[in-house]
Amino acid sequence: MSSYSRGLRGLTIATVATIAAALALVFFYAPLDADQGFIQKIFYVHVPLAIVSLCGFVLGGLFAVGHLRTGDRRWDMRSYVAIHMSLIFTVGGLITGSIWAKASWGHWWEWSDPTLVSYLIVFLLYATYQPLRFSIEDPERQARYASVFAVVAGAFVPMNFIAVRLSQGFVHPRVLTLTGGRLPGSMQLTFGISLLGIALLFATLWKYELAAKSTRMQLRRLRRAVLGEDAVRPLGRSAAPS
Amino acid sequence: MTVFAVAPALPLHTAGKYVAAAYIVFVVLILVYVAIMAVRLRRTERGLAQLRDEVAAREADRADERDLEEVA
Repeated sequence: MSSYSRGLRGLTIATVATIAAALALVFFYAPLDADQGFIQKIFYVHVPLAIVSLCGFVLGGLFAVGHLRTGDRRWDMRSYVAIHMSLIFTVGGLITGSIWAKASWGHWWEWSDPTLVSYLIVFLLYATYQPLRFSIEDPERQARYASVFAVVAGAFVPMNFIAVRLSQGFVHPRVLTLTGGRLPGSMQLTFGISLLGIALLFATLWKYELAAKSTRMQLRRLRRAVLGEDAVRPLGRSAAPS
Repeated sequence: MTVFAVAPALPLHTAGKYVAAAYIVFVVLILVYVAIMAVRLRRTERGLAQLRDEVAAREADRADERDLEEVA
């Protein structure tokens, strides 16, 4: 059994329970927003997706530091999967944000809003991660270059976030601040549970994908050990760590 | 039914379709991801079954050779 699959069942159950609780709170407990009404319910899926995806990118950078320090390719794998998951969550964040923008502002996209545009820039930056990996054939070099990218881009994410928070011209509402924000208690609780649910979902899918990749690698190694080198087809060029 | 009647957050007017769309996007993303992972898992299982068959065939060959040596 892969070490990544340890505790996966418990984590999956916790994720499903938390997301179910979050959905119940969103639709049956949290009051309607005085300003936006029912549309504001998108907040509970859009904002956690955005926060968790940005944290995932930073996490990918931290794992990449582990790879550059130790040379252990498992850190590269963790970094790769964290960035891969974050990209998927970012797509979710962008689409749900776009739907909210249409419902709230009447446009699918608002180019004058720094929050939206900076999030898109982060997405486009990380969209180059897979092609970068794919362009390097040698697995060692691929892992090293990808780690350098992940560290630099991971450092860019919080800097970008701070720059946007400091900007003055925005149309995006500021409801989450270090001093507690402007959400009433029931909305804060619902948001907290939603954020926890999405974070747990990220952790579960991250472990799930790592376990799957690790199992495939072990199967290849086993095949090579038992049947010899000729029995294993050479891997083609791939963006994923091998 | 009572829960649905008193639920403060289910006014299905024009905003309803946008909220539904956002949550459907979220669910579809997860389902597509899980479906892709399921296909890959099936491929791994097939590989494992193939390896098991090949190992069994080799062991059978080896046992046959041993029997022939003993007879000789």
